[in-house]
Amino acid sequence: MSDREMTAYRYGDGSIGYPGHPLGPDGQEPVDTVDLSEYTATVVTWTTSTATPPGVREPNHIAIVEFDVDGEPVRAIGQLTTDEIESGDEVRPIYAEELREPGAGIKIAESQAWDGFRFEPV
Amino acid sequence: MERVAIIGSSMTQFGQREGWIRDLLAEAGTACLSDAGVEPGDLKHLYVSNMASGEFEGQGGIMNALAHDLGALPAYTERIDQTSSSGGAGIYAAWRSIASGASELTMLVGGEKMTHRSTAEATDVIASITHPCEYKHGVTLPSFAGMTARHYLERFDAPRESLAKVAVKNHENGVDNPHAQFRKEVDLETVLESPIVADPLRLYDFCPITDGSAALMFCPESVAQEYTDEYAVVAGVAGATDTHVVHERPDPTVMGGVVESGEAAYEMSGYGPGEIDVAELHDMFTILEFLQMEGLGFAEQGEAWKRVEAGETDRDGELPINTSGGLKSKGHPLGASGVAQGVEIYEQLVGEAGPRQVDAEVGLCCNVGGFGNCVITTIMEAAA
Repeated sequence: MSDREMTAYRYGDGSIGYPGHPLGPDGQEPVDTVDLSEYTATVVTWTTSTATPPGVREPNHIAIVEFDVDGEPVRAIGQLTTDEIESGDEVRPIYAEELREPGAGIKIAESQAWDGFRFEPV
Repeated sequence: MERVAIIGSSMTQFGQREGWIRDLLAEAGTACLSDAGVEPGDLKHLYVSNMASGEFEGQGGIMNALAHDLGALPAYTERIDQTSSSGGAGIYAAWRSIASGASELTMLVGGEKMTHRSTAEATDVIASITHPCEYKHGVTLPSFAGMTARHYLERFDAPRESLAKVAVKNHENGVDNPHAQFRKEVDLETVLESPIVADPLRLYDFCPITDGSAALMFCPESVAQEYTDEYAVVAGVAGATDTHVVHERPDPTVMGGVVESGEAAYEMSGYGPGEIDVAELHDMFTILEFLQMEGLGFAEQGEAWKRVEAGETDRDGELPINTSGGLKSKGHPLGASGVAQGVEIYEQLVGEAGPRQVDAEVGLCCNVGGFGNCVITTIMEAAA
């Protein structure tokens, strides 16, 4: 199910959002896509989760990061490759074929993609 | 539009219970009927607040089951699911049913049966509300709390101990709640040295997994005195929704649903934050008590921790918060929690809170679904 892109939507008002939605802020339709995997981002905040659900690595390092796409801020969430991290650090997306074990949790395996991008310190 | 009165309440023991969801709902429903002096056949509407009886237990159709089990046929019945704010949404639905004239007598019963599942399984059921882009990374509600807490502490230079003091306060309050899951005090050191769950938050920053049920009875104020001299009135109630994807919010420390539902409830009631005498906030995680205090106008952004540090939210403080023990100590049976918040405020306003009683004429409860995804704020006042 992967296209190996971290696809964000650009909406009619110029804003960019990840993930994409059928309609953006104030009902704006998407007009373009942006591959965030081509950009670096800054860690806004992060945590190490030790109480993880079935099929999830333990511990699980997760961060909210912010990309700057030509002056437009775009936030995303994802696993970190390490807990050697601080808020404000620069990270880059690294593709992973399987972020957690499909079907081990409550969601039907076929209902969504399980690959994606972890964030690695630059 | 009819003013809506609350004329009775009940709450089961919260904690690890042997009964299943139908048993818990029937226990609270029976007790509420008795407390209000209402015959089940007189109910016009019967609402059941519940998030996930199907996922937890494999039992669906619990609203119809409860109506039959209580002998309340042919009352109209409906299950209210708004994740963790199902209870608050049930209060909103019950209020609408009476205010609109659609019902003359509505009972709301909230409940959840969770403890037969492992912590990992229960966490996954709750995490299923997240967006696929979050879920595939193993994001859980506790991990949102950890990230938000870190951001709050770093940005506002708040001491880690201030979060722990929320847990200490709410456990202290829970000691006097006979229905609370944990009736034991914890000290600051215990909280700060407990195992890490989502760094920087530790075990005692989180509510437990809980079974339980709670109920409220609603009728038009014009007939409330046919049932009781002591009742409360729903002065304001409103709900609002924030982004499904948590990181898409402009400010990680602002829950838009809290702000919007709070403003609407204040406007409807005619009260402002300074006129609230007691509040029940959704302390599923200690950091949420700060965010709701700020979103509801009890403190400026980044300042809530100072009021907690100063003891102003203690039971004998200027604004007692979570006199019930909160979700933290009382427990968090998802669909029951918002109803139980309403039970505490109702009992405070009619003088039935026993050793937890504070001097209150106006109370507020804020019930948060997801990580601020859906929020219901309710303001009640004591009958004049």
